[in-house]
Amino acid sequence: MTAPAPHIEVEGVTLAYGDFVIQHDLSFRIRRGDVYIIMGGSGCGKSTVMRSLTGLLAPKTGRICYDGTSFWETTPAARAETMHRFGVMYQSGALWSSMTLSENVALPLEQYTALSAEQVRAIAAYKLALVGLRGFDDFYPSEISGGMQKRVGVARAMALDPDVLFFDEPSAGLDPLSARLLDELILALRDSLGATMVVVTHELASIFTIADDAVFLDPETKTMLTTGNPRELRDHSDIPKVRAFLNRGAP
Amino acid sequence: MPPPRAELGPVQDGRARLRLTGGWQIHGQLPAVEAVSARFEAEPGLKSLGFEVEGLTGWDSGLMSYLTGLIDRCQQRGIAVDPAGLPEGIRGLLRLAYAVPERPGARRTEKRVSFVQQVGEQALALTRSTGEIMAFLGEAVLALRRLFTGQARFRKADLWLTVQEAGADALPIVSLVTFLVGLILAFIGEAQLAQFGAKIYVADLVGLAMVIQLGAVITAIVLAGRTGAAFAAQLGTMQVNEEIDALRTLGIAPMDFLVLPRLLALILMTPLLAIYADLMGILGGAFVANVAGDITLSEYFIETQQAIGWNHLIQGLISATVYGAVVTAIVFIVMAAALLTVIFNALGL
Repeated sequence: MTAPAPHIEVEGVTLAYGDFVIQHDLSFRIRRGDVYIIMGGSGCGKSTVMRSLTGLLAPKTGRICYDGTSFWETTPAARAETMHRFGVMYQSGALWSSMTLSENVALPLEQYTALSAEQVRAIAAYKLALVGLRGFDDFYPSEISGGMQKRVGVARAMALDPDVLFFDEPSAGLDPLSARLLDELILALRDSLGATMVVVTHELASIFTIADDAVFLDPETKTMLTTGNPRELRDHSDIPKVRAFLNRGAP
Repeated sequence: MPPPRAELGPVQDGRARLRLTGGWQIHGQLPAVEAVSARFEAEPGLKSLGFEVEGLTGWDSGLMSYLTGLIDRCQQRGIAVDPAGLPEGIRGLLRLAYAVPERPGARRTEKRVSFVQQVGEQALALTRSTGEIMAFLGEAVLALRRLFTGQARFRKADLWLTVQEAGADALPIVSLVTFLVGLILAFIGEAQLAQFGAKIYVADLVGLAMVIQLGAVITAIVLAGRTGAAFAAQLGTMQVNEEIDALRTLGIAPMDFLVLPRLLALILMTPLLAIYADLMGILGGAFVANVAGDITLSEYFIETQQAIGWNHLIQGLISATVYGAVVTAIVFIVMAAALLTVIFNALGL
């Protein structure tokens, strides 16, 4: 039996700002429909890896392929085409402050679909309901709490039913119940839409609940230490650093 | 892919089934919920709604938003919805969408505001903001008093950084604008004065206009647009990042720590920039007089020297210092300019 072709393939990627190397020699594969965790201690470059996966930072060396096509070596137009199939949730929501929540979610729909204004509004309302914000359509981002802003960020990321959803620290700053709701949402979306989920996080509870596969980045050696299912890595990894991280420091 | 269709089947014992067929994607066209919900009117006996999805070839949020819209309308009419006929994925998403009940009072009803009410609200807002500006000015004056009594606390490094931002960094734009103003003044003046054979007085015209008023006013307006806006952006960002709250909780007055260095920098730099602006304006005038009016540079500068007295320069410098202090709003600069002109006239300067 041959394994299905990976959805996202990272081959020998080095990421740097100018000459300052953030991470080097990263190679991992993300299967379609997996919840894939990019984890590691603070400052190891998790978010930078996500930036290069989402088209914001070109890798210094190496290739990132989506469905076998090299993402950074293609034309800007083709790259933009691929990026339309992404949804990205940023760490602090990154909502447009001059628009209502409904308008925030509706903007990508207005830009890329031919739906009527009423249908766009209905879809925006449904997306807000999915993240537990029924009826908040006409609020402005400044009128809701940080945790709610984060959830609106998720709603906006899924506006166009993307193939790949990226989450940057989704559960940081959320109360335990909302964090669990978000985890459930990630799994439900994956199950119902078959989308691939790439999650940057270091919240262990969330990692063990949702992860299918993961890559562990190390801030000291500036490269990946291992890949695999976090639950198995926690119990069976032969790298002490990885086991310590996943066991909260306990050996 | 066949187009999306929703057909309500016959009602039997208060139950009916909605048959969903075709591809329900947001990138295609979607039917309106009203087409089905309008049928509810005609079927008062309908108590429960089920689903049939045999012909459903594809779906995404397009179908989901249709279903949530339909369920909301069913709930309004007391029709029970039985999702059993729907695929597991859709049922899961519906469970999520209805997991958190709508918070009572969260939904806003759109309210129309009459024109008169709008005018009234604007007027009230204007009084409020005028009050706020006055309070700010008052606090700034108090902060200046604390500065002179040695009680104000701020970092000297901040002052010098702001001096550079407000002063040296503004040189290019001030040069450009005032050189052009001098150029235009000379160009228009030269054409008029040439009719009386008095071309050489272009130097007096440009020199006096720049030194007494224009150099200071143009510098102040450039600073209000450039530096004032930059300050507003800096302080606004600090407010959002809770940096100002952090200062307050440490017992450091934001007025002293943030506003005072900026105010001082502007009061110090505006007169200096104004002198520089005067010079650039005179250079612009000299350029035109030389090229278009056949007046030599030395003739021009001797005439300028004779026209401008110390009293003119002092007027310009006092104006510039005052504008520097009120650079926060262009309105204030204009008001101050008018006021100063009256005062200088009365003093006979």
